[in-house]
Amino acid sequence: MPDYDVAVIGAGPAGLAAAVRAAESGARVAMVDDNPHPGGQIWRAAAGKAPAEAARWIQSAERHQVEWIAGARAFAAPAANRIAVETFDGALELGYRSLILATGARERFLPFPGWTLPNAMGAGGLQALAKSGLPVEGKRIVIAGSGPLLPAVAKYMKEHGADVRLIAEQAKRSALLGFGLRLASHPGKLMQAVGLRAALLGIPYLTSCWPVAAEGKDKIESVTLRRGGKTWTERCDYLACGFGLVPNTEVGALLGCRMAGGGVAVDEQQQTSVQGVYSAGEATGIGGLELALVEGEIAGFAAAGESARARALFAPRHGYRRFAGALERAFALREELKALPREETLICRCEDVTLGRVRACAGWREAKLHTRCGMGPCQGRVCGGAVEFLLGWKADSVRPPVFPARIESLARSEPRA
Amino acid sequence: MTDAVKLSVNGVPIAVPQGTMVSTAIALAGVTRFRRSVSGEPRAPLCGMGICFECRVSINGREHCRSCQAPCENGMEVETDA
Repeated sequence: MPDYDVAVIGAGPAGLAAAVRAAESGARVAMVDDNPHPGGQIWRAAAGKAPAEAARWIQSAERHQVEWIAGARAFAAPAANRIAVETFDGALELGYRSLILATGARERFLPFPGWTLPNAMGAGGLQALAKSGLPVEGKRIVIAGSGPLLPAVAKYMKEHGADVRLIAEQAKRSALLGFGLRLASHPGKLMQAVGLRAALLGIPYLTSCWPVAAEGKDKIESVTLRRGGKTWTERCDYLACGFGLVPNTEVGALLGCRMAGGGVAVDEQQQTSVQGVYSAGEATGIGGLELALVEGEIAGFAAAGESARARALFAPRHGYRRFAGALERAFALREELKALPREETLICRCEDVTLGRVRACAGWREAKLHTRCGMGPCQGRVCGGAVEFLLGWKADSVRPPVFPARIESLARSEPRA
Repeated sequence: MTDAVKLSVNGVPIAVPQGTMVSTAIALAGVTRFRRSVSGEPRAPLCGMGICFECRVSINGREHCRSCQAPCENGMEVETDA
């Protein structure tokens, strides 16, 4: 007898939607997330004030008695239909009939000289810290990298009194204009884009522009940017830099799920290649908020046996997937970015391994064995996305624990027959 | 700050609003170096969401805690690799 009909890993939009739809279909549902509050990164509450849309889903989950397990990180699958999770002060195992992986995405970081300096961080990274109370008022911030996250972060920082110097977007203006035309068939998105542009008034949005170096002694003091033939240095307190998103697939890989296009592969009911294991949202490929919600709803219905109700959502999902595809093409990373790191630039921040040492290896396996690249605490989550882009190497297999876990937790989750 | 949480960062007391993450309390305390890398470089949070492990510090004597995912609690003793 499993503890739950449906266990959901991840409490962002996809996980919340999945948990709510499964629970309202009569399933006994648990929802696990490594953060203290539900909402994921996009709905990360600023000082307890979750956006209205997030609050609706969170209240609905409470009303349908979804069991909320906070601050818990899945790290192993000790037996069939069981998942082990670690909390701040312990570990527990959940038994389930169906599992829904809504593990979201992380930022893709590309190394360049100085990227390891304190206060040079991800775009979403600075946003997360600001939402957790870091005062940005009066701080000079350069926002760089690629994707729709950059203007969103700029808007948030500006609203909180930051001196946002500029947004450096690596994509070409022509690529984004083509994308803008496609937006016309998605009125909601168009409004969103227009709204953002209005709020951004006064912040230069430079296309075909990227950072080539960060400078500073104990922390970042300036960033050197390049645009066409022009190179200049901008003084700053923070650099918020991320080159798009990468799906979090580690738990899916641990369970043996097939991957496709960098994410967890799913069928039309959001089921993975493993019977009874579903996946939704960014873990299956980067697609944004609306797609994550509808995929979560489909997975929730399907996992609870309501396949007809799942089917009714296929049409909106198709529309959002087309939009996601257009977005991906518009913000595709340019070849020139491969020249960002020098041979002596660190690629692996956990083990301090340079590009030169990694490049000298034949592939991921040799790099791990000879240089320890990807073998530190983050287990390749940061350098993996960079190495994939710079050298074309795909990360190899995943082994438990998928997160560094305490010895007591591991002892509890020994594989059993 | 009626609902302030009081903790210490490297022995220095600091009060922060309820819900503040330890990573933010460290920054508010004026500390920019959260840890030293294996080759001695100063490091601080990169991802802000529990992925990169650059924010790890000691909390109440337990090492390698990710400060960006730990909410501040009264009486917490936080030590960075100062």
